[in-house]
This record gives sequence, structure tokens and C-alpha cells, in this order.
Amino acid sequence: MKINSQKKINLLVDCVKMLMIVAIACALVSLIVFAVSDDPLNAIYNFFVGPFTTLRRVGNIVEAASPLMFTALAVVIIFGAGQFSMIAEGSFFIGTAGAMVVAITIGMPAGLHPIVAILFGGILGSIVALIPALLKMKWNVSELVVSLMLNYVVQFFVIYLVTYFFREMESSSLCSVLFQDTATLTTILEGTRIHTGVLLGVAACIVMWFLMYRTSFGTSLRITGDNALFAKYAGLKVSGIMVAAQAIAGFLAGIGGGAELLGMYTRFKWTATPGYGWTGIVVALLARRNPLMVPLSAAFIAYMNVGADIMARNSDVGREMVDIIQGVMMLLIAADALLQGWRQRMIIKAAKAEEEVSV
Amino acid sequence: MAEALQMKNIVKVYSNGVMANKDVTLCVNEGEIHALSGENGAGKSTLMKILFGEEQATSGEIYVNGKKVNITSPQMAIGLGIGMVHQHFMLVPSLSVTENMIMGVEPKKGIFIDRKYARQQVEEIGKKYNLYIDPDKKISELTVGQKQKVEILKALFRGAKILILDEPTAVLTPQETAELFEELKHLKESGYTIIFISHKLNEIKELCDRITIIRRGVTMGVHNVADVSEEDISRLMVGRDVVQKIVKDPAHPGESLLRVKDVKIVDETGTVYVDGVSFSLREGEILGIAGVEGNGQSQLIDAITGMGHISAGSISLRDKDISGASVRKIRSMHIAHIPEDRMTTGVAASLSITENVIADKLSWKRFVRGGVLRRKEMRAYGQEMVDAYQILCKSQDVEIGSLSGGNIQKGVVARELSSEPLVIVANQPTRGVDVGASEFIRHQLIRARDQRKGVLLITSDLNEVLGLADSLIVMYEGKIVAYIQDVASMTESELGTYMLGIQKQSAAQIKEALHED
Ligand SMILES: Nc1ncnc2c1ncn2[C@@H]1O[C@H](COP(=O)(O)OP(=O)(O)OP(=O)(O)O)[C@@H](O)[C@H]1O
Ligand SMILES: [Mg+2]
Repeated sequence: MKINSQKKINLLVDCVKMLMIVAIACALVSLIVFAVSDDPLNAIYNFFVGPFTTLRRVGNIVEAASPLMFTALAVVIIFGAGQFSMIAEGSFFIGTAGAMVVAITIGMPAGLHPIVAILFGGILGSIVALIPALLKMKWNVSELVVSLMLNYVVQFFVIYLVTYFFREMESSSLCSVLFQDTATLTTILEGTRIHTGVLLGVAACIVMWFLMYRTSFGTSLRITGDNALFAKYAGLKVSGIMVAAQAIAGFLAGIGGGAELLGMYTRFKWTATPGYGWTGIVVALLARRNPLMVPLSAAFIAYMNVGADIMARNSDVGREMVDIIQGVMMLLIAADALLQGWRQRMIIKAAKAEEEVSV
Repeated sequence: MAEALQMKNIVKVYSNGVMANKDVTLCVNEGEIHALSGENGAGKSTLMKILFGEEQATSGEIYVNGKKVNITSPQMAIGLGIGMVHQHFMLVPSLSVTENMIMGVEPKKGIFIDRKYARQQVEEIGKKYNLYIDPDKKISELTVGQKQKVEILKALFRGAKILILDEPTAVLTPQETAELFEELKHLKESGYTIIFISHKLNEIKELCDRITIIRRGVTMGVHNVADVSEEDISRLMVGRDVVQKIVKDPAHPGESLLRVKDVKIVDETGTVYVDGVSFSLREGEILGIAGVEGNGQSQLIDAITGMGHISAGSISLRDKDISGASVRKIRSMHIAHIPEDRMTTGVAASLSITENVIADKLSWKRFVRGGVLRRKEMRAYGQEMVDAYQILCKSQDVEIGSLSGGNIQKGVVARELSSEPLVIVANQPTRGVDVGASEFIRHQLIRARDQRKGVLLITSDLNEVLGLADSLIVMYEGKIVAYIQDVASMTESELGTYMLGIQKQSAAQIKEALHED
């Protein structure tokens, strides 16, 4: 059978599968809502249509997708190298802190200021991600455990930093003083808060795709991720690649944090890590670990979140429902058997047709 | 005689569109050893996986003991008394031998696994079938041959009456093979039915009653093994005459290329694997290393290729010390390495054929410029390798793991021999490769030798080592016990006495291996 017809079949089946998952997720939303709500139609309307009713809300989707792209990319790279570090969360948060420090303390011209701030955040993110990576390289400590623990350390360190050095004394709740005007990112669409960080995110996805599939480093990374022993045997610098992958991932999550902070806020307001690192895993898996699919899958997850928020505000159904749906979607994505029968039947038909032609 | 098994008009299309079985029919009588033969990629493993319930046939019928069955899972196959030993190991490396053997059929004591009983049973069955392996050892600590034994025991342990053996002897030494054959004949007499796959035709002649030959997914016929010669079998398989005898001109060895001197390898626990080995590989020669598996050859090869360490002594290439150097450094000095176990060290299974054949060449200007891949060059090269080594595949872009065992091996050999090597360390180079392709690979090794390269050949196939090697060292318990300068003068039985440590040359004779004046 021609590679071409095979590719077409796979593409078709994969697309239909994704649509089906989305449809099932939507159906599930409706089902739950009908079960728990007194006014289900209103809730469902708010969930599905709500995000599109005003420009501002559409903007919310894009804004919410922005940080997810960065953390999902970090996850794609780390998992791609066969590592199981969960550091995206910590790197993201330290990235916000790094950007905050630069945004508050250093005076710089407007164009340059956010760039420096974001880069600084990226570097800090990278350094944090290197800790589990190097511990694993040196002493074979599980990067999974170290990164999970480290996420807490980072969280409390950042809160400490804000509380003792940058706190706005006038305010009753914990938040930092205002950033300098020069530091914030510009809004690109009037009437929304969509900021240049979104463009940076999309650019990062393209760059990462190129890195993974079009460079020798990316090839080494994928080889290492698939079979580390083979990578060693082929003469690749296995531990170097694993460490580099985590450093890059940390950097991505870090600039993601910086961009989020400077794009969406004028002061630092988090009192705990916002959880983008975790949602990033969902986004990465939904994108089938393909950097080019990350923007789309981030947008979809963002849509669900925005819809849930609107629904929570305007009806009697809570926003936690979206977590249930995300969980179910993960299961569906992992279920390879879905639609396999259909794919198989089409392939058999194509193979037989080809066989007849060649005989 | 009653038919134990019948597979009728089996068709199998894999999910990537490969039609591995087009029309295969296989009838196996009760109490016979039935050979299944065919070229690499003919569809043997596929057919057996269907029988074992791991793959579903696209169409066709299966009868076991005359009853039509629809086998949808290995559990069901086991329930029908079918057991399978896979071509590629299906063991969990981090678990012990016992745990692997009882997996899925754990003896229970209440809700707990009865470990003591399980261990005892495993020990007993090993002794009973003469395939003893320490039940407490972890799989990752075993040699390839030992893993194979665990696989065979695992199938027997599950009480299989119809036993599928997919290339069980590919990694066994001749002694182990002989022992296994004794056992199989014994099983046959007690009424077991055995399906045996092997590319070694002499084994088929010795062991099997009947043979079914498949070519490109179609049954070519069934024969009584006694009625067909080895030549007939290979002609039926390949469709042409295959020269099985290895022909080559006498060697003209020159300067020493690779020099191993007083090498000692000891691990952290103090176990001595290699104990003062010295030899020298000269340009223009194929130097064989013979020995029963587990006598230090693996560790020695690992040390030479940078995969392992040495504790004392030195290894040098053209007077440059390479002891303890990294694989990268050693590869950059043009030492190629065909590894013993293709699946664990030889390939990244989910990457494409192309990516696998250039995995060691990512520093070549031809494929990478400024860190960026030159995709066109890469793919052309992948295609070149596929053509030159006749790797059966749809294109060079398919995952290498989806190829048949022998075709994966060809991919590994292609990568290594095309890396412009000066020294080729070939560990079981033709393992699992069919007669036609073996001929080709051996020919390539001889050609490399004639181009003044050095080939270090490690193989458990005695015919291969005697036919291909120019000179030979024999290892026993970590030491060299014999150095044979001219292999032509050697017989199989004499070699056997050295390999089993019954005979040993004098120190002076062994020292000649170093070629020091
Ligand atoms: N999982 C798979 N997915 C797709 N194609 C496969 C898969 N397994 C095998 N094939 C294809 O099916 C064909 C037959 O393979 P199979 O493993 O049955 O050959 P074989 O006769 O056992 O060969 P060998 O002697 O090399 O082991 C090959 O062309 C192979 O590429
Ligand atoms: Mg096979």
C-alpha cells in the first residue's frame, strides 16, 4: 500500500478521533449539568456559547491559552527525552518571580524592559529545572520525586520574596507593589487583554518543533527518549542531552511565567502556584506531544476553562466540573482502541486493492 | 495421525497497511516437531502471533484439536494449551526469574502469591528440563542465552502442549542448542507438539519431522524433512540457489590495529570476568572469538567498544590508548560495533529506519549542517541502506520496530558497516538473518577484510566462526585458552574441547595472539 493512502487514513482517523473526544467531552458536560442544575439550559448555554458572546470573552480564551502553551512545551521536551520531571510548575512560578524583580527594581526603556524581565525569568526557570536533572545525573535520584518536592520549595520561596521584599503595604491582601510602566507587555487587540506573550508562545511552539524534528540535537533527544541505552551505544552524550532538555524546558516554562505576569498583571498577586504546569501535561498529551499541535490544544483547554468560569458565574453549576471533564478526556486520549476497528477496515481495503493491482 | 492444529487461509494486514500473511495454511500433527521456514519478513512470527492470540487475523480459520477456535488473547491461547517463545524477549528486566515465570499464573495462598512454592516450582522445572537458571536472579543480570532459557521455561511452566518456538536457538551456543534439542525430542515423545522456527537449516534437518515453507506471506508447500536437502529448503524459501559454504581468499594480515593487553575486568562485587587477556587484531584479518557464552566475551567487547570499563591493562588502536574512552571517542576513531542484542542496544524502535541508520552519523557534514538536518540527504541515505541490505519495508520512513526480526538486524548491520569503520566488532552479526541475507552480510565482512580492515567476530554459530574467521582465540573462564593462527586447520570437535576447558594451549602458544616481536 502506498505510504500516501496510509497517511491519509491515519490523518482522517486521528482527526475524527479528536473531534469525537471533544464531542464526548461536550456531551458529558451536558449530562452532568442536566443532572445537577435547576436551569440546565442556561448553564449549558453559558458553558458552550458564553465564551463567544463578547470579544472580551474570546480574548479570555486566548489569554488563558498563553501560559499553557509554554508549560505544555516544557512537558513535551521533558517527556520527549524520556524524563519524568514535573518541574514545569516550579519553573513557571520562579519565572514570574524573576520577571517581577526586574519589572519592579530596574529602570529600563520600554521596549527592552519586558524582554530582559522575561529572559531573567527564563534563566531562573532553567536553573530550577536543572536541580532535579543534575541530581539524577550525579546520583541517580528520581527526577520525579525531586521535582515534585522542589515545586513546593519554589512556591514558598516566591511567596516569601513577595511578602518580605516587594509587598504593597497599602493593600490588605498579599500583592506586590506596582511594576514600572515600562515593564508591561503591550496589548495587541483593543478591547481584550491579549498580549504579545501569546505571539511569543506560538513562536516558541514553532521553534521547538523545528528543534525536535529538524536538528541533530532534536534527533539525539528523540533517540535518547526512545532508548537511552541505544543512544549511549550510538555515541550520543546521553546525560548531557537529558540535562539540556530539562534546562530548555525550564527556560520555556520560565519565560512563560514572565510573559504571563507582564502581559496580564500590573502587580504580582498569586498566593500559590497557579497550576499551569499540571494543566500543561494535559495540553501536551492532547497535542500528542507534537509542538505544532500545542497552540490548538491549549486553546481548547482554555476554552473549557473559560466556559466553566462563565457558567459558574451565571448559573448554579460550579467550575470544578471542568476538572472532571479534563480527566475523562485524558482517558479517552489514552484509549488507543477508540476507532481502531474503523482504521483497520479502511487499511485492509486499501492494502487489498493495492495487492490486486500488483498481481 | 491426528491434527493438533490447523490454520487455514490466514490473511493478516497490520495497521500500517503491511500485508504480512496473504494466504497461509499450516497443518501440524500431534506429536511432531514442525518447522516453519521462510525468508526474513515472510510472515512467520506474524502467523505465530496470530496463533498465540497476540494479533488478530484479518481473515482465515484456526482449528485446535479439530475444533474451530477464535483466539482473541494470549490468555485464551494458554487456556487452549498453546505456549510461545518469542523472537524478541518478553521479560521484565527489573523482576526476578521466578516473578517473570509465574507472571499471570501466580500460585496463590489466599489472596497472596505463594512465593516459596513458586520459587520451588521454578527451580524444579528448570532442573527437570535441564535449563537451570537461578530463580532469584534479576532478568537484567542474565546473559542473552540465559534469558532465552527463561523464555522457554516460561512457556513450559504454563503447561503448553503445543509449543511455539520462534528462533529459540539464535542466541544459544551449540552445546546449549544440543541440550535443548534433547529436551524437545523428549517432549515430542511424551506427546507434545512443537512448532520450530529457525534460519539454521542444519537444525531443521536434525530436529524436525515436517516443514512448511512460506514465501512473502504465501504457503509454498509442506514437505517431509527427510525428503528435502538443505539446498532444496533454501531454494524453496528464497527462490534461487544459495551458496551456504563461505568462500574467501586466504588472509594477508598486516600491521596490528587493535591491541588488547593484559586486560582484566572486575566488577564492584569482585567478580572477575576477564582475567589477563592479550591479543592483537591485525589489518586484513577476521579474528574470531569463540567460547561458551558467559566466559567474559561480553565484558571484553563492552570494554573495547566503550560500553564497559576495564580494571587493569590497556586497549589501544594503532598505538593510541582507548582504554576507558567514551563510546563517542571510540566511534570517532572508526570502531564500529554490531551489538549482541539488537532490541536493547541496537535500535530506537519507534524511530524511523532512516533515523536509526544515521544515529551514529549526526556529526557528519553530509547529514547535518550547522546543527540542522539535511533531510533530503538523510532520506536518500536511508533509501540507499534499504536497497543495499534489502531491508523489507514499505519505505525508509517506517518505524524500525515494525520490521521483522531479521530485517531489524539488517538495519543494524547496515548502519555499522556504512560508518566507514577501521575495525568492526561484529557480535552475532547474522543473528536471526535468513540464509540469503547471511550470505550477503558475511560477504560484506570478508570484503571489509580485503580492504585491509580488521574484523573481530563473536558468534555462537560454530560454522560461522570456522568458516569466516582467519584466526581464532578461544575464551574460557575469562582467559584465552587457545590461539589458532590458521582456522582452516581446526575441526569443530577440537574447538569444542577448548571451549569446554578440557584442553588448553601452552602459555607460549597463547602469547602469540599478541603478535609482539
Ligand atoms: N507490528 C507490526 N506492525 C507493522 N508491520 C509489521 C509488524 N510486525 C511485522 N510487520 C511486518 O510484517 C511482515 C512480516 O513480519 P514477520 O515478523 O512475521 O516476519 P518473519 O517471517 O518472522 O521474519 P524474520 O525471519 O525476520 O523474523 C514484515 O514485512 C514486517 O515489516
Ligand atoms: Mg520473526
